[in-house]
Formats: sequence, structure tokens, C-alpha cells
Amino acid sequence: MSIKVRIPAPLQKLTQSKEEVEAGGTNIKELIDALEKDFPGIKERICDEKGLVRKFINIYVNGEDVRFLQQDATPVKDGDEVSIIPAIAGGR
Amino acid sequence: MGLREDQIERYSRQILLPRIGGKGQQKLLDARVLIIGAGGLGSPAALYLASAGIGRIGIVDSDKVELSNLQRQILHSTADLGRTKVDSAKDTLNAINQDAEVVPDQIRLTSENIMDIIAKYDIIIDGSDNFPTRYLVNDACVISGKPLVHGGIFRFDGQAMTILPGESACYRCLFPEPPPPGLVPSCQEAGILGAVAGIIGTMQANEVLKYILGIGNLLTGRLLIFNALDSSFRQVKVPRDPKCPVCSEKPTVTKLIDYEQFCSLRQKKEE
Ligand SMILES: [Zn+2]
Repeated sequence: MSIKVRIPAPLQKLTQSKEEVEAGGTNIKELIDALEKDFPGIKERICDEKGLVRKFINIYVNGEDVRFLQQDATPVKDGDEVSIIPAIAGGR
Repeated sequence: MGLREDQIERYSRQILLPRIGGKGQQKLLDARVLIIGAGGLGSPAALYLASAGIGRIGIVDSDKVELSNLQRQILHSTADLGRTKVDSAKDTLNAINQDAEVVPDQIRLTSENIMDIIAKYDIIIDGSDNFPTRYLVNDACVISGKPLVHGGIFRFDGQAMTILPGESACYRCLFPEPPPPGLVPSCQEAGILGAVAGIIGTMQANEVLKYILGIGNLLTGRLLIFNALDSSFRQVKVPRDPKCPVCSEKPTVTKLIDYEQFCSLRQKKEE
């Protein structure tokens, strides 16, 4: 299983500056756990202490926000493209 | 009242465009646009809007021009150091086009003053640089039904989305809550490539022009994501959140709150 995951700039410190990584799993929860194995520390940046995706970070599967699908139970499969997109406030 | 001779010549390259013409140009000259922040995003947005002949451009910013701004805030030049950004912006825009009446407002937006300020404009550009202001602007625009063009930049990344209150997703539908302070570094701490601000701010100006002209498809219901390192533009869908606290059928936020507190409360909850 190989799913492409786009890593946002603020988390790239944890992925050796890689902005795209590959991970496995059959749903978003498994995918995040797989990311955590390869890049320790990344899960607590994405999820809160209850393991829920933080409210200022969105996860998209093929351009659709998992909040409007099945949250972290949203299924993923080989060839899917997952994007992690945090809120950014900069403007000046 | 028709266009003057010099206006027909000045705007000829856009009047020529199908779906714009003299009628479209008149719409631009009659339009009133508010730009929040005369910085990295507000600079390119204001330059293109003034050049295009937007009749009135309000600019809100409480800061003064500093040397470290000039790498990206192209409204200001070295001679403007120490001046208020709104005065510097007014002079720059007036020098380009007298058709654009620039209304400078050197204040900090708050829950108390924002409603009166945005009421005087047709559409708002958010070029602010912090989460309290972004949620304040979003909520004020949703509550008063003002179209809003959001833009955000961070290092090599940019985001943009247009919000038509009641019709398309708002900023809270996209991100229900701000990150706790300290978790996301600011431009000051994280850095920003000037051209990224240019691309996103120009995108915001383009959205405003399309909205006023009534042409094309706005960036509504979708977030545009730009990455400078691989020169990629991507879009993700942004549906309206049926549980959105401000723009859903049964909103829980119906008047403005204390946004500094809203954004720092999150920190206490997180700790
Ligand atoms: Zn909303």
C-alpha cells in the first residue's frame, strides 16, 4: 500500500524537509499512525490528545476534506493523494 | 455619465476584453473595495485594483513602514520608512491613478469598529497577518453579508479563497478554530518569500475584479493552495459546514466576540 501524502511547511521539519512522503493504511487513522512510525512526533502535531485531527488542520483525500466524509475513518487506498493543510495567518 | 477620453485610453486594454467593455469599466469605477493590511498581500492587491480603476479603495493598517517590510510590501519604498503604511499606500496609489480615491484608516480593527468600516464597501480583501483579525474579519463579513477574499501566506506557501456569505463556505467552515498561539510561527519568525505574497495578493485582486465585473467563476467553495518551490497550484473542496458557528442555518455566533480571547482560549484548552 502506498499513498502519497503532502506535508505542509510547518511539519516538514519532522519529515527531513520532504514535502511529499508515502505511507500505508486503509483509513486516515491508520495512515497517521503509519506516518508517526516513520516520522516520530508528527501525530501530536496533527492530532490532539484525544487523537482527533486538530481543528486548524484539514486532511484531504483526493481534494475532499475528511471532516465531511468519515473523519479519521475515511478509507484510503493505493494511489490516493492525501494532503495535510494547516491554517496559515501570514499576510504582511 | 460616460467615460472620459483619458479614461478610455488608460483602461483601453481591459475595455477591449470581451465581457468587460465600457460598461464593465464603469462598474470598476463605481466599486468600493476595502483592503485590510497594507502589507505583503495588500500591496499587490491595492496596486492592481487602483491601476484597474476601482473608484474607492479603503486601506486599514495601524503600522508604520519598517525596513524589513520592503522585501515584499511593494506599496512602500525606502523614502517611506517611518511613515504610516496607510499614508505611504495612499501616495503610491494616487501617483498611479487619480481615479482611485484612497481612504486611509490608521486603526486596529476591533469588534467595536469593524462593522461600521466594512459597511461602506462592496467587497473586502483580508491581507491581515494574525488569527484574531482573520476570524474577526470573517465573522464580521458573514454577519453583515459582505463578500470577502481571504489570503494567507507562510514561507513558500500561499492560500486563497473567496467567501460569499450565505452562499459559499466561510473561513470557519474551512478552519473551525485557530491554532493556539505559539504553535504556528508568524512571518516575522518563519519568513516569507516576497513573490509568494505577490502571487496570492494578485490572486485576491483578481477575485475582486471578477466579482465586481460579474464574470468567470469565483474561488468559492474551494481553497487555492500555492507552493512556490514546485510552482504548483492545487485546489481542495471547501463545503459549507452545516455546524458552522457563524454561517450555518442556526448560528451560535450572531454578534462579534472577543477574538484575542477566542484565539488564546484555545491555548488554555490545549495545555
Ligand atoms: Zn461558515
